[in-house]
Amino acid sequence: MTTTVTRTPEEETRRHVEHAGRVGAGVFSPGQLVSSLPGALRKLGPRHQARNPVMFVVWVGSLLATVLAIGDPGVFSIGTALWLWFTVLFASLAEAVAEGRGKAQAETLRRTKKDTVARRLRADGSQERVPGADLRIGDLVVVEAGDVIPGDGDVVEGIATVDESAITGESAPVIRESGGDRSAVTGGTTVLSDRIVVKISARPGESFVDRMIALVEGAQRQKTPNEIALTILLSTLTIIFLLAVVALQPMAAFAGSRQSVIVLTALLVCLIPTTIGALLSAIGIAGMDRLVQRNVLATSGRAVEAAGDVSTLLLDKTGTITFGNRRATELIPVGQSTVQDLARAARLSSLADGTPEGRSIVELCATEHGLPASPSEHERGGEFVEFSAQTRMSGVDLDGTSVRKGAASAVTAWAGQDVLPEVDEIVERISSEGGTPLVVAEGTVIRGVVRLSDVVKPGMRERFGELRAMGIRTVMITGDNPLTAKAIAGQAGVDDFLAEAKPEDKMALIKKEQEGGRLVAMTGDGTNDAPALAQADVGVAMNTGTMAAKEAGNMVDLDSNPTKLIEIVEIGKQLLITRGALTTFSIANDLAKYFAILPAMFAGIHPQLGRLDIMALHSPSSAILSAVIFNALIIVALIPLALRGVRYRPADARSLLRRNLLIYGLGGIVTPFVGIWLIDLLVRLIPGM
Amino acid sequence: MSPTWAGLAQVGLLLLALAVVYKPLGDYMARVFTSARHLRLEKAVYRVGRVDPDSEQHWKTYAASVLAFSFVSVVLLYLIQRLQHLLPFDFGRTASPGVAFNTAISFVTNTNWQSYVPETTMGHAVQMLGLTVQNFVSAAVGLAVAMALVRGFVRAKTDRLGNFWVDLTRGTVRVLLPLAFVFAIVLIALGVVQSLKSGVDVTNPDGSVSRIALAPAASQEAIKELGTNGGGIFNANSAHPFENPSSWTNLIEIFLLTVIPVCLTRTFGVLVGNKRQGTVLLTVMGVLWGGMLTVIWWAESHPNGPLALLAGGAMEGKEVRFGIAGSALFANATTSTSTGAVNSMHDSFSGLGGGGTLLNMMFGELSPGGVGSGLYSMLVVAIIAMFLAGLMVGRTPEYLGKKLGKREVTCAAVAILAMPTVLLLGTGAALLMPDTAGALNNPGAHGFSEVLYAYTSASNNNGSAFAGITVTNDWFQSTLGLCMAFGRFVPITAVLCLAGSLAVQRKVPETAGTLPTTGPLFATMLVGTVVLVAALTFIPALALGPIAEALA
Repeated sequence: MTTTVTRTPEEETRRHVEHAGRVGAGVFSPGQLVSSLPGALRKLGPRHQARNPVMFVVWVGSLLATVLAIGDPGVFSIGTALWLWFTVLFASLAEAVAEGRGKAQAETLRRTKKDTVARRLRADGSQERVPGADLRIGDLVVVEAGDVIPGDGDVVEGIATVDESAITGESAPVIRESGGDRSAVTGGTTVLSDRIVVKISARPGESFVDRMIALVEGAQRQKTPNEIALTILLSTLTIIFLLAVVALQPMAAFAGSRQSVIVLTALLVCLIPTTIGALLSAIGIAGMDRLVQRNVLATSGRAVEAAGDVSTLLLDKTGTITFGNRRATELIPVGQSTVQDLARAARLSSLADGTPEGRSIVELCATEHGLPASPSEHERGGEFVEFSAQTRMSGVDLDGTSVRKGAASAVTAWAGQDVLPEVDEIVERISSEGGTPLVVAEGTVIRGVVRLSDVVKPGMRERFGELRAMGIRTVMITGDNPLTAKAIAGQAGVDDFLAEAKPEDKMALIKKEQEGGRLVAMTGDGTNDAPALAQADVGVAMNTGTMAAKEAGNMVDLDSNPTKLIEIVEIGKQLLITRGALTTFSIANDLAKYFAILPAMFAGIHPQLGRLDIMALHSPSSAILSAVIFNALIIVALIPLALRGVRYRPADARSLLRRNLLIYGLGGIVTPFVGIWLIDLLVRLIPGM
Repeated sequence: MSPTWAGLAQVGLLLLALAVVYKPLGDYMARVFTSARHLRLEKAVYRVGRVDPDSEQHWKTYAASVLAFSFVSVVLLYLIQRLQHLLPFDFGRTASPGVAFNTAISFVTNTNWQSYVPETTMGHAVQMLGLTVQNFVSAAVGLAVAMALVRGFVRAKTDRLGNFWVDLTRGTVRVLLPLAFVFAIVLIALGVVQSLKSGVDVTNPDGSVSRIALAPAASQEAIKELGTNGGGIFNANSAHPFENPSSWTNLIEIFLLTVIPVCLTRTFGVLVGNKRQGTVLLTVMGVLWGGMLTVIWWAESHPNGPLALLAGGAMEGKEVRFGIAGSALFANATTSTSTGAVNSMHDSFSGLGGGGTLLNMMFGELSPGGVGSGLYSMLVVAIIAMFLAGLMVGRTPEYLGKKLGKREVTCAAVAILAMPTVLLLGTGAALLMPDTAGALNNPGAHGFSEVLYAYTSASNNNGSAFAGITVTNDWFQSTLGLCMAFGRFVPITAVLCLAGSLAVQRKVPETAGTLPTTGPLFATMLVGTVVLVAALTFIPALALGPIAEALA
């Protein structure tokens, strides 16, 4: 038996809302703070802290302050030392909370990894039972209904329905069959019916589930390029402030007011960008986590960052831009026939036709022409003529009448007629508008033409409009001829299209775009998509796709929903914006801290500097302590924002910057004035302040 | 005309003159540094220096050339000073080792800090063969480095940044020499002294005889301002009537010290293929320049003393022929470029006014900054600003089509970090020296400002002095010399490294998702970054000096 990834009804709703569009918020509850506390405490060691230069300075400062407070105990010194430690603790807490969310998911996944027993095929065709962990690449195993698939691989024989809910959370079973693009199976999933032979393609411990666990746990997390660049910038700021504070002591001494080291330490910690320093790694982990919540697995944080930069999106027409199948949308009678004649013939020819196109014809006849949707007893007796590549038509023979529908030339020839100019014209017109014309004949009479069209999914046009505003070009990829492709591209509102596309063409297009400095994102599922997926900067493989495709891409969408590419781009952007916004906020905070601490330090020697104390703080020590407390508490206050990401609405760069500068820049200047003033109101109540 | 209107008229004339030459000079400089032709004189230089003018350099070679050239310049300049008794026109003047060391670094780094009295220390041969030569080439070095950085933005997928020797020669021969020549003549016509005599004797009313020093001032004055050097041939610098006799020469000198840095923004715009990219940098420089001018001018016109009010402003330490406005304008221009020439004593400025000149330098001298150095300093700040702005629009940051990754940020960070490091450590260390208090004219906050100003001026390669501090002991001579060297060559090396890593990148095409770097939003962000970075770094120091003085 397998377990499914359980979701609360609330989460389930959220997932579906998100599928409809926007990058939404992640869940965060205050309870997570408490439950992550033990993890946070474990991170307080110097080795862990040294990985983050900003917080390491705080850590050293806290140690120094503690030693000094022990040497000269007082309300101020002990209070300051204590709150400096809280600053370090809150930073570790932010990271622990972010990781904790991934750990929970990993735990659920791990339950799918049980010791399975595999039935391995020997060369002579007999079977032997071996533990799943002993399987090697290339081994053939037999899996029957009720069995758990022992490892990742490709189906080489048979067809089966498989329950993949353990991985995808989707309860509907999927078909897996040998050959083609639906041959990949994942270890830990369960075969529900039939029997398949699977060729193992991953070593034990390196399977898809193993990699998923490692990813969501953040075990393999490495700093991304942009994170490194930002860390360098933050370290630079830290060095500048370190210098400013170190040089301040001789200046203060020269002015005749030497400062205590604990005050200087407090000043330093308040000035260096602790807010962003504390939240930086949580932001990165949460970004990956937001993808996981949308059932997308990214193999690296680098890919998530790249997603924010994508400037060209390659989208397959079928399934992404249009509904997977063409649908009948119009009946056009010719000659003496009425629409009703045509509808009757068309319906009859499609009654036994199980293809989506055939069904859509019956539906059209039922909804618009009042014909019964299901065949009568009599009609069931007809003999169905299946479509074949040779005949290029299908139909029914019933009571001596034969109806056929199919390609114009084939049906006309079958009816023994010359091509009618009228039919020819209609066929031509439908093709040029991006549709597929099906000619219907009853006996020797050509009844008319059925128009099959691609139906563009609702909301796509608006979506592409938003993408354009974000500076992203969309290119539709289709196997259709240029005429058809152009018509659909126009309907969907994409910027460009690639018609009659072969895998090589896709690859060439990606290379061309990249040559021009653009970053390209695409989705794919087939083995022949693999090279293009690998070449693209963001390659999202569908989970229903082949193992080769999944290996080549840098993300896997477990829902196999190609439209999700758009959300992935938004998540990438949101991640970067969150980093930038909190950095700006952190730096802007410093102004207020100067106004709190400098008068406190120097009003004694230069009384006129007291005029800078615009917050009218209680006393020098309460002013400094309040600034330190604010500095620590703001980290906790911003944890939810760091995990959720700042609100992102697709817009052009100028309005995004204006908005974020206003909120996080201006807000960053104002907030600490209010915060420190409020904290001082409480701190002044402490005796000795 | 009231002094205020006269002042405004001067500002108006200055801006008008700059506006007139902006396009022609900017475009001309763009051609100078992109042309494939070599002048006959330049070919001669290349032959002597065994340079293949058509070969291009990797950033490391370019940087090594800059450093080697500057090192040799320092050694030569040191020797010229120390051996001046072997040269003509020495008039028996001598420079001590400390002075020679400090002065050599000072003139090679385009600082032109003067810890000596020229009239009694440097003969005319040292001035003409040593100091004036450096006035030209140190400015040309700045130009060359700025052009290398611009090439980093313009070029794609190459590791070549141009040839330092070619850029150095062209900057000197085609830009600085002709302009300096023309303006030397103009200055002579307006009464600036040009003489090889050591001085003239005058009989005072009481019968005693004084010697008034003379010098080839006009020829040096032109390049002193044009190259944003600032080293006066007389001790009183541009306050001296032989260097700066009237308000007309005053205005011309201000024009000269701003003209190249201002027009370089045009050159930049032309070279990157979008003139508005240059205009926006000019706007940012203009806003900072205008803002600080307003502060200094207002502060000097509103002193808080009855005697000063009677004089119509803080006239102590200012020349009557320039007045408040002419002095404030000059002080603002000299500290916002890397010139450091003075026509008034900054030490006598009010707390706020003096603080304004300090802050101009602490911005990193980029409004409009020194020749070349102003442009590259502004571009470095733009990179930092764009890094944050880029993140806030949800893309990995880029500027002018180049991605700002780990390497670019590191280089920009090093370039920005160098100045505050030596400034703060130098000031702090100087205050710990027991001799420092004795070197100051004033106690308390003002005395502190004097030390702070000295290290700010040196670290920023400005060279102006607050005065009121005697900097001739070995400690000051050597530490200020080191501050000048670090403040100049660390950023230059980092900027060239930056240029190298930009040049190898391919260009990212512009889309709607690209943050435009031409509009008011970017300009605001850039002004904000300049002010915020300087403010956050220096507020504690400023609080103990100028702010304490201003609030008193």
